[in-house]
Amino acid sequence: MRTTNTQAARRPNRGTALQWIVGVILTVGGILVVLPFVWMIFSAFKTEAEVMQIPPTLFPETFTMDNLRNLFENMNFMVYLRNTLIVVLFSFVGLFLNAMAGFGFAKYRFKGQNKLFLLVLATMMIPGQVTMIPVYLILNYSHLTNTMIGIVLPGLVGAFGIFLFRQFMSTIPDELLEATRLDGASEWRTFLQIILPISKSILAVQGILTFIAGWNSFLWPLIVANDEKLYTLSVGLSLLKGQYAGNYALQMAGSAFMVIPIIIIFVFFQRHIIENYSISGMK
Amino acid sequence: MRGYGNSKAPYFFIAPTLILLTIFSLIPIAVALVISFTDMDLTGLADYSAIKFIGLRNYIDVVSDPIFGKAILNTLFYVIIGVPLVIAVSLAVALLINLGKSRLYKVFRVVYYMPSVTNVVAVAVVWGYLYNPSIGLFNYLLGKLHIAGVPWLTDPVMAKISLIILALWRGIGLNMIIFIAALQGIPKSYYEAAQLDGANLWQQMTRITLPMLRYAIFFVSITTMIGWLQFFEEPFIMTNGGPLDSTTSVSLFIYRNGFQLSHFGYAAAGSFVLFAAIIAVTLIQFRMQNKDTDL
Repeated sequence: MRTTNTQAARRPNRGTALQWIVGVILTVGGILVVLPFVWMIFSAFKTEAEVMQIPPTLFPETFTMDNLRNLFENMNFMVYLRNTLIVVLFSFVGLFLNAMAGFGFAKYRFKGQNKLFLLVLATMMIPGQVTMIPVYLILNYSHLTNTMIGIVLPGLVGAFGIFLFRQFMSTIPDELLEATRLDGASEWRTFLQIILPISKSILAVQGILTFIAGWNSFLWPLIVANDEKLYTLSVGLSLLKGQYAGNYALQMAGSAFMVIPIIIIFVFFQRHIIENYSISGMK
Repeated sequence: MRGYGNSKAPYFFIAPTLILLTIFSLIPIAVALVISFTDMDLTGLADYSAIKFIGLRNYIDVVSDPIFGKAILNTLFYVIIGVPLVIAVSLAVALLINLGKSRLYKVFRVVYYMPSVTNVVAVAVVWGYLYNPSIGLFNYLLGKLHIAGVPWLTDPVMAKISLIILALWRGIGLNMIIFIAALQGIPKSYYEAAQLDGANLWQQMTRITLPMLRYAIFFVSITTMIGWLQFFEEPFIMTNGGPLDSTTSVSLFIYRNGFQLSHFGYAAAGSFVLFAAIIAVTLIQFRMQNKDTDL
């Protein structure tokens, strides 16, 4: 500590100059990073004519909600929103199943445990392109194409989530489980009433990430849904991009509607999300 | 008393996920392998008896398919330019943020991370507007600087670079966080000792920071490379592979053959070629990493 203090004292000007340079570089980079978002939000509230205007305006000259209204009144964004929320809801079921499996692997000793866990981890290495076609054929064989179940099933559970839950639940002391068992609680009740409340922090982080992933889900809805009634927001938006290729105001409104809720959630919970990755990245 | 009760309980907890992973991850590999040796298409989908085994023909056809060749070259272009770019930029941002002493620098973590949580379709739509040659923001800003407009998505080479810029923008965040976590794991005493010996900032960075980050760089380069080998959404939404298949990636080629042309067997064969490439690249990286640590 003393050495750093004397070092800092010896070169005070260089230190502050460096801080300023670093700050300026990061600010310029940061402006470039948020620029597309800013442009999207402002353009979403411009009229179609103003978006086509040269030179472009930054702030909307005539502020209009027509684009957003258009999405819901003339396009099926209400249906897409409902489907997206259904997908999100199902993905929370997946989260619960992941937590169950994480608990099973963390707190029991059983035959084939290590082999089964390795099998779970191995599924992380299989690229999506290889499973994409056979999964579609399996869904088709089970008559699940063009159904909501078919959209949510393929991505319902994931090895990464199971892994994180197992890591966390391994740290719960066995004595706690023994005590509840002695009180006569079943294994299922132990899981629901002891394990889940203790795992609140990891459940929260995984819950946020699950929400974001469900909200953004694109590939399976795209492959499985033939019917516009089953489209999610991302699939609907890519359809809109094709149908209204020239109407950028409408496209920006659709994008903003998808992106802004996620940005709000992210900024609100960013500390937890970033720490979750820091922890899993270190292990 | 508990003994036999416990013996069933763990299977009860892991069964639902294991069943789902088996159906949607493990069995599909076997299915994909089998159909890659067949002529399965829409007719085969309706009537399984119409499917014929055709041996290695899909594999022979796919490697001699000129569009597949183009897709491989494009994917190599993405990997060779994209991977070092993502690693260099996210490492630079992480180092700069780590240098900052004020708490304000935590804000930068949020700002640079933001693009990675947002929806890929939405941002591709936004960037499509920014890249528009006549009314897009980028060409307008270049015009202000008296630079001629860039054909962002219409020139075969430039279109690839434009997609890389978008993917770079989305890719910085996660890798930056991994680098920051690794940077904070380096003991402060190393720097203090180096400062006592009179090492300047540059020497500290090249002699302590970068060697200590070796594992993080290795991890990020493997995951980034696998990600770029599977590059799909950006070309699918922004260019749909065009102009003239100059942005078609291997993944997009597989998707198009599988789901737009319904050549399931052919697409499955293509996906195994990609799988083999991913495994080969990962193994080579592990080899190189081992050599590094031997030295």
